[in-house]
Amino acid sequence: MFADYTWTELGSIFAMQGFAGLILFSVFVLMALGLAIIFGQMGVINMAHGEFMILGAYVTYLCSNFFEAYLPALFGIYFFFAMALAFLAAGTLGALVEWSLIRHLYKRPLDTLLATWGLSLILQQAYRSIFGAREVGVTLPNWLLGSVPLTDIIEIPINGIFVMVLTFVIAIAVYFILFRSRMGMQTRAVVQNRVMAGAVGINTEKVDRNTFALGCGIAGIAGSAFTMIGSTGPTAGQLYIVDTFLIVVFGGAASLVGTIASSFAISQAQSTMEFFLSGSMAKVLTLLTVVGILMLRPQGLFSLKIRR
Amino acid sequence: MTSNKSFMSRQELLGILVVSALLFIVMPLAMDIFRLNLFGKYLTYAFVAVGLVLCWGKCGILSLGQGVFFGLGGYCMAMYLKLESSTPEATAIQSTPGIPDFMDWNQITALPWFWEPFNSLTFTLLAIIVVPAVFAFIIGAAMFKRRVGGVYFAIITQAIAAILTILIIGQQGYTGGVNGITDLRTLKGWDIRTDDAKYILYYVNGALLVGVLLLSQIVLKSKLGRLLVAVRDQEDRVRFSGYDVSNIKIFVFCFAAVFSAIGGAMFTLQVGFMSPSFVGIVPSIEMVIFCAVGGRLSILGAVYGTLLVNWAKTTFSETFPELWLFGLGGLFIAVVLVFPNGLSGLYQSYLAPLVDRVVSAGKRNSRTDAAPPPSSGFGAETTAKAAE
Repeated sequence: MFADYTWTELGSIFAMQGFAGLILFSVFVLMALGLAIIFGQMGVINMAHGEFMILGAYVTYLCSNFFEAYLPALFGIYFFFAMALAFLAAGTLGALVEWSLIRHLYKRPLDTLLATWGLSLILQQAYRSIFGAREVGVTLPNWLLGSVPLTDIIEIPINGIFVMVLTFVIAIAVYFILFRSRMGMQTRAVVQNRVMAGAVGINTEKVDRNTFALGCGIAGIAGSAFTMIGSTGPTAGQLYIVDTFLIVVFGGAASLVGTIASSFAISQAQSTMEFFLSGSMAKVLTLLTVVGILMLRPQGLFSLKIRR
Repeated sequence: MTSNKSFMSRQELLGILVVSALLFIVMPLAMDIFRLNLFGKYLTYAFVAVGLVLCWGKCGILSLGQGVFFGLGGYCMAMYLKLESSTPEATAIQSTPGIPDFMDWNQITALPWFWEPFNSLTFTLLAIIVVPAVFAFIIGAAMFKRRVGGVYFAIITQAIAAILTILIIGQQGYTGGVNGITDLRTLKGWDIRTDDAKYILYYVNGALLVGVLLLSQIVLKSKLGRLLVAVRDQEDRVRFSGYDVSNIKIFVFCFAAVFSAIGGAMFTLQVGFMSPSFVGIVPSIEMVIFCAVGGRLSILGAVYGTLLVNWAKTTFSETFPELWLFGLGGLFIAVVLVFPNGLSGLYQSYLAPLVDRVVSAGKRNSRTDAAPPPSSGFGAETTAKAAE
């Protein structure tokens, strides 16, 4: 399959596909970070994670329309308001869901899976009833349009760069929240030993709720970023949920570095193969490889060595 | 205690008899052939649900990829039927006569090698059992030998369901793509689309289902059945007692896979096509809800649960398509939060004592042995619901 191309062309193809892969990587990381926090730290399977992401996307869409109609002067920076709102909306919904549903099921992880799947169906239908079945897109402000020419064949779209920078910032922020803040310390303490954490005065129920809300809020930001590179439909979240779960498991459930590394590996493999094979075969091969590796190494790429 | 040694108690025998009477007598009398055919389609899902009771309810392995096995069974059957209907005479207008029509549309000029053996009915029937069993064995062996279980197993089986769907849709020339394998006509020259054939297939399907129920009952009452429950509740203790837990899990996973595949094959025969929309993530997880609604611990409950959910789905999605997804989503949540043991749990708490009294009263008249032990639930209440 390489024979038809010259070396320079191959180099450019890999660079272009690599960049496309980086955008996919950004979306994966943003989704997987939220999921990794919820799954890795709390052991809860949130099948509705994609729907939280889509909530963020719809919030962004509403913001875009609102700013276009009422505050055209600020339209250039509406995206930052949208992200904050998306984070708040998804986080609030997450806290509500944790309070009404998840907290009854901490001892039954398989049942959370079913319950959150039910939740995802309800949310999907709600989106469909409110926003219609058709996909919607946002209007990007001018400074995000266009692309930067790197060489004469390689061009890099600006919105892609923006999404990547955003991902980088969010990843750093999550690192600080989990490993450098009081809340993160409490979260990790609860994960390691729930009873002892409670005994030293940590309100474990509150920590659970905050952690879940944080994970969902990050999903909301992911949705916000998602609108910049694709359109949003009621079922768009479900398309990504399997990939994201595989990413989290592949990276090693409790490891943030692992999540990022496996997002990178999977997105790059997929987008590079996509150029040479059909899109579906690229996806099949990628997922098969991941499942195969997981069968050989069930604990994932990066695993915490703890005694159980 | 004779009742402990025999493979089913009086109550369980009664339950199986009620299901058989419902399947073989009540439904054919109460419905026209169109409805009965639809009902038969629901029953094919019951095979999957019964498998899930063994696998998930009893042994604690939640597989979100049962649609894979349903699909494998269904596709095996569909490939045979498609080859039979694609004779060179029937497909004379194609550029390559004698191969299935969708291959011709996709510029494939020769029958692929893996389609060749499906010219034989014997091979097909064997493949319906063996292919899913081997596939389940590979997955199970790879996972359970490394002590992967719980949510990891669920996620990976779900990923496998996703992979298979993408593969089937992507390889349109070999699999019929998103439309699946359609336009199936005859089985060994016998037209499966006539009303008579549909009646016969319905009865074959019902008989197979009762057979599957009896087989599950035997397994559950054997030592293996007790081990399954033990593995679910205290896996380490079973291991320390000297049993190989992974082998038990692999066995029950393969068992459930074969059940699903039989259901899939009967689905293809009764409905007349097979498509990837019965393989993927969404159908697979819906099959879990059939089982959960019926009660994850009861094989008979699974049958009623399947019928009830599918009946509700058909009724509601015809009249209120908007509300159905809300209803289904609510069902997922309710079945987990409010009644985790499903219909059979409700039956157990409200109706079982009543039935128990009736059964043991009849028993006292005939014999004066010990009273029957309490059994897994099934029964009249759910029968009435399913029959509506």
